[in-house]
Amino acid sequence: MTGSRGLRSWLTTTDHKRIGLLYFYTAFAFFLVGGLEALLIRAQLARPNGTVVGAETYNQLFTMHGTTMVFLALMPLSAAFFNYIVPLQIGARDVAFPRLNAFSYWVFLLGGLFLNASWIAGPVFRAGVLNVAPDAGWFGYANLTERQYSPGPNVDFWMLGLQILGVSSLAAGFNFIVTILNLRAPGMKMMRLPTFTWMTLVTQFLVITAFPVITVALVFLMFDRFFGAHFYVPQAGATPLLWQHLFWLFGHPEVYILILPAMGIVSEVLPTFSRKPLFGYTVVVYSGVLIGFMGWGVWSHHMFSVGLGPIADSVFSATTMLIAVPTGVKIFNWIATLWGGTIRGTTALHFAVGFIAMFIIGGLSGVTHASPPADLQQTDTYYVVAHIHYVLFGGTIFGLFAGIYYWWPKMTGRLLSEALGKLHFWLTFIGMNLAFFPMHLIGLLGMPRRIYTYAPDLGVSSLNLVSTIGALLIGVATLVFVVNLWRTRSHGAPAPNDPWGGATLEWAIPSPPPPYNFSVIPTVASRLPRWKTEHHDPMPDPPAAPPAPVHVPGGSWWPPVAALGLPVLALALLTHHLWLAFLGVAIMLYGIYRWAFEPFEI
Amino acid sequence: MAHATATVDMMHPPAPAERGLDVYNNKLGMWVFLASEVMFFTALIGSYIILRFGAPGPWAPPAKVLNVPVTAFNTFLLICSSVTMVKAYAAVADGETHFLRFRPFSGGLKFWMLATIIGGAMFVGVQAYEYTHLVHHGFLPSGAREGSEVAELVASGVVPAATIGLYGSTFYTMTGFHGFHVTCGVISMTYLYVTKALRGKYSRHDYRGVEVIGLYWHFVDLVWIILFTIVYLI
Repeated sequence: MTGSRGLRSWLTTTDHKRIGLLYFYTAFAFFLVGGLEALLIRAQLARPNGTVVGAETYNQLFTMHGTTMVFLALMPLSAAFFNYIVPLQIGARDVAFPRLNAFSYWVFLLGGLFLNASWIAGPVFRAGVLNVAPDAGWFGYANLTERQYSPGPNVDFWMLGLQILGVSSLAAGFNFIVTILNLRAPGMKMMRLPTFTWMTLVTQFLVITAFPVITVALVFLMFDRFFGAHFYVPQAGATPLLWQHLFWLFGHPEVYILILPAMGIVSEVLPTFSRKPLFGYTVVVYSGVLIGFMGWGVWSHHMFSVGLGPIADSVFSATTMLIAVPTGVKIFNWIATLWGGTIRGTTALHFAVGFIAMFIIGGLSGVTHASPPADLQQTDTYYVVAHIHYVLFGGTIFGLFAGIYYWWPKMTGRLLSEALGKLHFWLTFIGMNLAFFPMHLIGLLGMPRRIYTYAPDLGVSSLNLVSTIGALLIGVATLVFVVNLWRTRSHGAPAPNDPWGGATLEWAIPSPPPPYNFSVIPTVASRLPRWKTEHHDPMPDPPAAPPAPVHVPGGSWWPPVAALGLPVLALALLTHHLWLAFLGVAIMLYGIYRWAFEPFEI
Repeated sequence: MAHATATVDMMHPPAPAERGLDVYNNKLGMWVFLASEVMFFTALIGSYIILRFGAPGPWAPPAKVLNVPVTAFNTFLLICSSVTMVKAYAAVADGETHFLRFRPFSGGLKFWMLATIIGGAMFVGVQAYEYTHLVHHGFLPSGAREGSEVAELVASGVVPAATIGLYGSTFYTMTGFHGFHVTCGVISMTYLYVTKALRGKYSRHDYRGVEVIGLYWHFVDLVWIILFTIVYLI
């Protein structure tokens, strides 16, 4: 249907590798936006009585920073690797439903743009200001989000945007579960799956079970705000805790949706650069599965301060401390993998080891919140902000950067500069500790989060300044990374099939892989197919050219068309135009109709 | 049954035995989708239970506001459509893809699938009638409309005033989402009927579409039995 170059080929692509790259660039752009919001927050807090932004804009900044980083940066950056790497690791030609995969991407892009359009949409709503971005916090507690207390379009943008993004995550979830279970190469038994693919599978099961819960919570909010329902209205007899329970019932599995892919990446990077199989593969896999299950039983530890009573508090405290056990097991396995290995100190390994160290700090401060009396002191202070940044920046972001340095040569055919990479790592490492470690102290000294300024006599001025300097350093580090990416396009050393001596299938094929991935689908005989083990010789690489022509499906216009219907529908709700609602449904139905009738074989 | 031995070819992934789960992609995808749907309805029903039992007063007696006999008939209709769905599946698995045959009398895939579509469409129709009726009598997602019959019931104390708003919110949200699911099922099945079943694309070697839509249909039916019980009966 289309050639392999040009804008049209990217708009209509159903190739998992191209969709993976689209996910990466889009999510990285949103990561920069979220980072800019963080820098504005830190600029405001650098000195007491700061005047960089006002209170209302500050509320929008911290809400959008959290929402953007969780839903538009970290999750889709993981999705970039799910898309690009998982089919290669299991020896498949594509995902199970390639057009659904394209649909997921376009819905994500349009949902992200819809959410961020709120920064400049003020005039459309005659709001008197430019920015009407969401301002109720990234977990949007009811009943602050009700029309009575949040009359503007701000919360509407948030709740509609998250519903659109949920569609994208759910569609990708179904796709990747079927792909991993059904498209494995012959001989790739479940316990021979690479660890990253295993963690992807667990993550996707969490996605498909957790996202329906937040969808219901958001639907209730939408009906309250638009149709006069009373789900979160205490005057009508509703319990205001319903939102908190629904949100955190989703929210805690979401934490593991964010961290498990990074754990999977680290479990690939450490063995490759220690030249040793992962220590206790089976235990690492089962710990991941156990974390997935236990992640459902801890949500109320986000709600200790509402007063659920001693029994609920004790139970959730116990389960929260228990979930540290499988996490700790993984950490010991990673350290044992390094032990006695032939270690090569690449940038990817730096980030992977940095992940272990930072995640331990974040994990330990997490265990301190598991105790309700301690948690009551920490709730809504900067201590919690320190914790979330150690696990999500020190954890997830470090893991993702390890993955970027590890797989970038496979994805683009060029090696990133190691010198710039090391600089990037050390600036990030120092910057993040400067930015986030003082927040533990700032919080324990009594500075609440989400307040746009503080008085000089609170005694946290110099710690806040240090934190701001650290944030600036992270900004500089990210610029170094951008320079590295840009420079690599023309100056990067060409990557051979296997620049690192990896054990898994993606290293058996060219960098970047041809559209059909494998010239011949490999047959897998061991967990480390490309390494010599006690019982197996390394698998021979597939031939350079396919012995018989491989059919690669053409692109399709209909996934992006169907995806376009969703933001139009959201816009209809936002602006109260019935014709827009009909237009949105018509676009979506037309896209799905043409999609269904299109001849398309994988 | 004859189809037990004849189920070959297309019904399994074309790959070596070790590969995958021995379930074709669309069916596995539907199962995974239904797992997600279970969580969706669990969250809806769980919230309903929390709101109802956490409410400051008693809930309205369903029979005072809703027309239970009409919906009971509708429930019967939906269960019948599940039976016809099974008949459609059994027919195509046995290779009976005709409409009706008279000597001996037997219905085939085309007949039973059409019966299922009609059953589903009638369910949606009765639900639309029910909604119109309820709104006409003043029962709204926000509670009772002023000056309406339901408002009089509230004023006379038959229907508790403290919880009527929540009652309307939960009633329309839960039954509305179920109705949306049935509508999607009817549209999808009509699509399969027109483009596949009527054109003879299904045989006993390949009836994947019938099996996958059947899974969805039975799920939607099962959810309704739970919803009907807790919204209309308890």
